[in-house]
Amino acid sequence: MAEITTFSGNRGLQLEEPLIFEQGSPGRIGTDVDDAGPIDEDRLAGLARKEAIGLPDLSEPQVVRHYTRLSQKNYGIDSGFYPLGSCTMKHNPRLSEKMARLPGLADLHPFQPKSTVQGALSVIDSLAHWLKGLTGMPAVAMSPAAGAHGEWCGLMSIRAYHDDHGEGHRTRVLVPESAHGTNPATASMCGYSVDPVPATERGRVDVAALKAKLGPDVACIMVTNPNTCGLFEDEIIEIARATHEAGAFFYCDGANYNAIVGRVKVADLGVDAMHINLHKTFSTPHGGGGPGAGPTVLSEKLAPYAPLPFVVHGTDGLELVEHAEQAPGAKPFGRVKGYHGQFGVFVRALAYILSMGSDGLRQASSDAVLNANYLLASLKDVLSASFDGPCMHECLFDDRFLKDSGISTLDFAKMLIDEGFHPMTMYFPLVVHGALLMEPTETESKETLDGFIKVVRALAAKAKGGEADDFKAAPRLTPRRRLDETQAARQPVLRWKHGANAEG
Amino acid sequence: MTMYFTKDHEWISVDGSLGTVGITDYAQKALGDIVYAEVPEKGRKVTKGGDSAVVESVKAASEVYSPVSGTVTAGNDALAGQPALVNESPEADGWFFKLELSNTAELEELMDRAAYDEYVAGLE
Amino acid sequence: MRYLPHTDADRRAMLAAIGAKDVDSLFKDVPAAARLDQPVDLPAGLSEMAVERAFTRMAGQNLSAGCAPFFIGAGIYRHHVPATVDQLLTRGEFLTSYTPYQPEVSQGTLQYLFEFQTQICMLTGMEVANASMYDGATACAEAAVMAARVTRKKKIILSGSLHPHYVETTETVTKHLGLELESLSPDPFGMEDLMGRVDSQTACVVVQNPGFFGGIRDLTQLADACHEVGALLVVAVAEPVSLGLITPPGAMGADIVVGEGQSLGMGLQFGGPGLGLFATREKYVRQMPGRLCGQTVDQDGKRGFVLTLSTREQHIRREKATSNICTNSGLCALAFTMHLSLLGETGLTRLAKLNHANAVRLEQALRQVKGAKVISQSYFNEFSLYLGDDVDAADVVEKLAAKGILGGVAAARFFPHWPELRPVLLLAATETNTQDDMEALVSALNEVL
Repeated sequence: MAEITTFSGNRGLQLEEPLIFEQGSPGRIGTDVDDAGPIDEDRLAGLARKEAIGLPDLSEPQVVRHYTRLSQKNYGIDSGFYPLGSCTMKHNPRLSEKMARLPGLADLHPFQPKSTVQGALSVIDSLAHWLKGLTGMPAVAMSPAAGAHGEWCGLMSIRAYHDDHGEGHRTRVLVPESAHGTNPATASMCGYSVDPVPATERGRVDVAALKAKLGPDVACIMVTNPNTCGLFEDEIIEIARATHEAGAFFYCDGANYNAIVGRVKVADLGVDAMHINLHKTFSTPHGGGGPGAGPTVLSEKLAPYAPLPFVVHGTDGLELVEHAEQAPGAKPFGRVKGYHGQFGVFVRALAYILSMGSDGLRQASSDAVLNANYLLASLKDVLSASFDGPCMHECLFDDRFLKDSGISTLDFAKMLIDEGFHPMTMYFPLVVHGALLMEPTETESKETLDGFIKVVRALAAKAKGGEADDFKAAPRLTPRRRLDETQAARQPVLRWKHGANAEG
Repeated sequence: MTMYFTKDHEWISVDGSLGTVGITDYAQKALGDIVYAEVPEKGRKVTKGGDSAVVESVKAASEVYSPVSGTVTAGNDALAGQPALVNESPEADGWFFKLELSNTAELEELMDRAAYDEYVAGLE
Repeated sequence: MRYLPHTDADRRAMLAAIGAKDVDSLFKDVPAAARLDQPVDLPAGLSEMAVERAFTRMAGQNLSAGCAPFFIGAGIYRHHVPATVDQLLTRGEFLTSYTPYQPEVSQGTLQYLFEFQTQICMLTGMEVANASMYDGATACAEAAVMAARVTRKKKIILSGSLHPHYVETTETVTKHLGLELESLSPDPFGMEDLMGRVDSQTACVVVQNPGFFGGIRDLTQLADACHEVGALLVVAVAEPVSLGLITPPGAMGADIVVGEGQSLGMGLQFGGPGLGLFATREKYVRQMPGRLCGQTVDQDGKRGFVLTLSTREQHIRREKATSNICTNSGLCALAFTMHLSLLGETGLTRLAKLNHANAVRLEQALRQVKGAKVISQSYFNEFSLYLGDDVDAADVVEKLAAKGILGGVAAARFFPHWPELRPVLLLAATETNTQDDMEALVSALNEVL
């Protein structure tokens, strides 16, 4: 197929699309804007713009076609199986989209008087109620904008508690080696130093090593559970106990909370703070990389330090606390972003939660774990499983099965693209060599999984059969083949400029 | 001129109290295509084992630690435009910085080429 | 449950393949003490209709902006979003894709991010822009931290023109980083002396233009003063539509421009999610936080796009990263770039003029309100109105709301400790305001004052 060429560069339904800057014509417009009409005198203090901006002018149909064609170069969950480990690419219900667009929820300004936004405050309050109920935690900070932002919120609460209790000397944070990169980066943002904790051969935190590192200068531990290898930390209660005994807090990275919703209350594990990625666990769209939301549940001790703003029940309906003095006893560590949190994401998450209900959420975690174990069981004889099962919501393989084949994890992933699948997460976690991390999620049917298993088994056989060149050349059937990342980084071209971005 | 090596894969070639520092062939191979190098400015004081420069490939970033203490006399400005020099000529044109050594005795703790080669062989 | 495909027969077949007795046995690593054997005590799932009913009820408890004469701004602006934006935004390939880790199947996302970065550079007059951050406030905080990193200095001066949420967020972010923050008093009259505060210890000065209270200022001299002592000028733009009409920060010497992109494409959404804008000079690109998309070629030599310079980021640098930020606001950036593409040069310029003209007309209409006076010397589409010495603007806002008018926001909502700001009301006008809206506001103000 690769040898077929066309005059246009298009290939049937695969349509080439120039940059938007390469297709305008001055004077066109894609949306109506009324003429401003005359005014006596402007109020621009002599600072009116003197030079043109440089934007292209296009009509509405041109714009529609541009973005439609761009969309066709993307793979989404709607397109097919997307087992991107640790990212939880599950079905995004369209009901949630519809609810988020109700004018009574979408067309609200954050600074309207509270009497005019009681319904919006009750969306925030209802979602908070569910998050607290599911986790068993007494409080939740709703405003963090994403998972990493929630991590920071949790650690800032811990730091505020320690500062308030004369323990500001606690500045060391214990982070397992398998942790996501945001954990150490977050700790640094709080002025903490990071002390890595090794893993055992079973892919879990080395509890003895962790205990040996605990001390009077440790602020907290940051443990992901289920962990980044897709395994439940079976000694978690002992870890939490030892941590608390040393006067430190247990920050749980909730990136994988979706595996245990309705089956475990994290409060029962001794967690003091945990962020919840609404875009993973509660199925709000990932949108090509955001927006997410990272509400962070907090224990009784940490609750007073939660950031502003927050919703409370007042005598006259719901109140929004925007300044510390409005809430007696509150000692907020500050504000983490503008306005009142990712409201549009809250609406979608709450719509999902109400649809699923307590029973459905438990079934979802159960099916997510079932699907991952099914993949593990069906592939472990042809790939190399890094750890014994059962796994939780994702299963981890490494590249031992490719040994001496000349094929890398990357090549294997690219081959899956030609087969019509989105690849699994590659090279993460770092604790195994050439990681392939697969997270099928609960919304995939057995037929889909069987189709994927069949292809992976065939590719594994092909890899062992010594057909490395095919793998190295993949993908061949995509709008673009492998891209030169070295050139991109050596001579960065980060924007279009007139005449400088010739079509290659 | 004598060349010395560190366990972190830096080299230093010394002429009297003047040294030139870079990363070894083993290091550049491990990093892959180098896309960026940040070298210290003239006059900066560096300490043995302390951060002195940064080297980046597409997927990795690494600190370059100074093999000895001293004062930087020049950074290799050519690396800004041609980071690939580190791949092509790690022990010559791809040098990172030159410095005036403050304590030549520190050299005694480094490896010579034979010892370094043996060290690297042990890693593989 | 409509989102879950398995039948009981599927589950049994899969358990058999795994060799597990039941699903519970897959959770054997969970300590027995923490295992729940039944669902949490919360309501059971609802049908699609029942969920719609619940949300319709909550939506009905709000007064939506479109149902009232509406003049609120203060960092979030109500603009007309063309229907095309939302229709295209919900295409599944955009909505349900993730971060473009596999560029061969993500050229759609990568190309729009590249176009977005270019549009931000054009609007702000800067050389490079990232693929977006959480919102204007967090982008502002990141800029302050970046300035300290670039200059290796510690003093950060926050102008009284800066949005109070940007100030508070920056204060929180810098709390434990060993930086010295000087947050200046709120500055409704544009009287503060920033140049007098810049010294050799200064990492940056952060100003907002147009300012939180509305005023527009020429920042050229301030930029020069910063550069003379090796400090950076950070300019925050909370209303990007203004860039269609006023001189961009880049042309006035800004080193970093941050902003909130909500105005274009996104609607109000009760203030979130936002779209953090972040642009700087090319020489600082490696100190910039956030994702970056770059142009390159594929192995057949065709132009394509990839995420690049990722060694700045947390997944590689870990504790030495420029920021812990992982996600961006991809879909919001897409909405922004779609709206701006529909507008184009012609449309954005016209929209900005219309916004300004409506604000001027609002000021004129307010001359009929006894005792009230616009105190902003200059403005784009928002200004501060002084209601009279003993008037409590917060009280006025409540009374207007009772009459079905969303008549701005009281400065005291942000600055409860500044009694002199009690009579100050912030009012915004955009293309969505009609002459009737303005007359309704004026007559209601005359009734409540």
